[in-house]
Amino acid sequence: MIRKLICGTGALGASMFAATAAFAQEAAEAVTEAAPAVANPGNNAWMMTATILVLLMILPGLALFYGGLTRSKNMLSTLTQVGGAACLAMLIWVIWGYSTAFGPEGNAFFSWGNLFLAATTPDSTAATFSDEVISEYVFISFQMTFAAITAALVLGATVERIKFSAAMLFTAIWLTIVYFPIAHMVWAGGGLLFEMGALDFAGGTVVHINAGVSALVLCMFLGKRQGYPSEPMPPHSLTLTLVGAGLLWVGWFGFNAGSELEADGIAGLAMINTFVATAAAALTWMVMERLAGHKASALGFASGIIAGLVAVTPAAGNSGPLGAIVLGIVASAIAYWAVAKLKPKLGYDDALDVFGIHGVAGIVGAIGTGIVYSPALGGPGGDDFVMSEQVVTQIIAVAVAIGWAAVGSAIAAVIVKTLIGLRVSPEIESDGLDIGEHGERAYN
Amino acid sequence: MAGHETGKQEGFVMKFIIAIIKPFKLDEVREALSGIGVAGMTVSEVKGFGRQKGQTEIYRGAEYSTNMLPKVKLEIAATDAVAPQVVETIQQVASTDSIGDGKIFVLDLASATRIRTGESGDTAL
Repeated sequence: MIRKLICGTGALGASMFAATAAFAQEAAEAVTEAAPAVANPGNNAWMMTATILVLLMILPGLALFYGGLTRSKNMLSTLTQVGGAACLAMLIWVIWGYSTAFGPEGNAFFSWGNLFLAATTPDSTAATFSDEVISEYVFISFQMTFAAITAALVLGATVERIKFSAAMLFTAIWLTIVYFPIAHMVWAGGGLLFEMGALDFAGGTVVHINAGVSALVLCMFLGKRQGYPSEPMPPHSLTLTLVGAGLLWVGWFGFNAGSELEADGIAGLAMINTFVATAAAALTWMVMERLAGHKASALGFASGIIAGLVAVTPAAGNSGPLGAIVLGIVASAIAYWAVAKLKPKLGYDDALDVFGIHGVAGIVGAIGTGIVYSPALGGPGGDDFVMSEQVVTQIIAVAVAIGWAAVGSAIAAVIVKTLIGLRVSPEIESDGLDIGEHGERAYN
Repeated sequence: MAGHETGKQEGFVMKFIIAIIKPFKLDEVREALSGIGVAGMTVSEVKGFGRQKGQTEIYRGAEYSTNMLPKVKLEIAATDAVAPQVVETIQQVASTDSIGDGKIFVLDLASATRIRTGESGDTAL
């Protein structure tokens, strides 16, 4: 489903975005004549809660999930990079990010006209998918956390060797030329993929495919870690990784069910799907391990949780529970193959498997959403739903996101490499980034 | 307390016993040794390898074989008279009849001193 934004206040009431949901032929113009809409406190309260749940996904969820997977000498640098990128994204979001993704004026690729949120007041509202509205500041905050987590996700591929300064500069450039345009294309009225009718309920394309592909490109520019893959680099604390995975799952309800922008039945559908797709994917990953002749592992369990959450993200409100379970199983099995078989074969050092899990499960989820949306499979699609057409639309959206993310990330990586360099020195890498980049140790 | 194997009178009337055992056998061994009157021991967690091969760890498909396995090391000082019984007890209790059960080493012990009182010889044990 798609977000649309209507500035409902007097001064800006005219500059509205007439956006329509994917297949509904509703006339959004009808809203213009009405008196300025007032946000429903119930929906506002839910969206504020959902926003904070997404923050929980980042700090401490993603930070611990990633941190536990690194070696103990790089724990703090991983936590700091996740937190630092998220904070930078929040500031950039209010300065020019929101304007570039959801500004009042724009074309198919980006928008403008609300720098520093100058055009937003406490009375401003953003439309949901019905005739309700929520306060625009709440919508801005909710979307801000999406930008923040996507920026942080990318850095999972480059841990244990990227300079902190390079991670920050890359984040600023990447948000500007990759994230904001893709968010605009997919979610804003007038956006390229929005107008094509691509389905992306909570950000499978914008967040996960985007982060996965960008992470792959950046880690290729950065090069492998010293000693990879001949030296053992086991995770230093799978306990913390499991804690992080649990927090990610809890927070993901804000991410997925919050993407409905209302506390309604579709939010409930997104909620149940976020349970069952994830549960199916977690068990599937462990089954895959057994089929490969290994033991069912805790890290496999955690990886399956993430793969399932990623896969159900675009489908959360666009699928019935059974479709979500199938999607979780398929995405988990393919992501397992990508992480355990494909990566060693291709030899790139995507340290924490951002591409293998977010990229691959994201692609499966995004394309699969075009299938499970079908009413014949229990999805919410209308009678006029044509699966083949929708799947083609989904594939085009995925291809555009992959291409845009790859090219944009390459440009950002080249700029950072030229200006300040990407990698820490070999000595710092061998001593660990905690002491070398931050002057402290995680464990004393 | 005439010297036995050493055949010398001047020194070694005590033995220092080092036993490397499987960690899960520690409690059983400690209880059995208390039962035969062993009053103290030093225990440490160690790693090593012998005939038993290491184990394989797999993280998201990346296999690492570790050739060091965790073991527990006991250090016990005993009089010559008790030492054979200590060795026998450890051997019997710590055995699981499989490789990796560990080893017991016995050394001559030249002296022992209790720090609190300054007593030395087997009264310090």
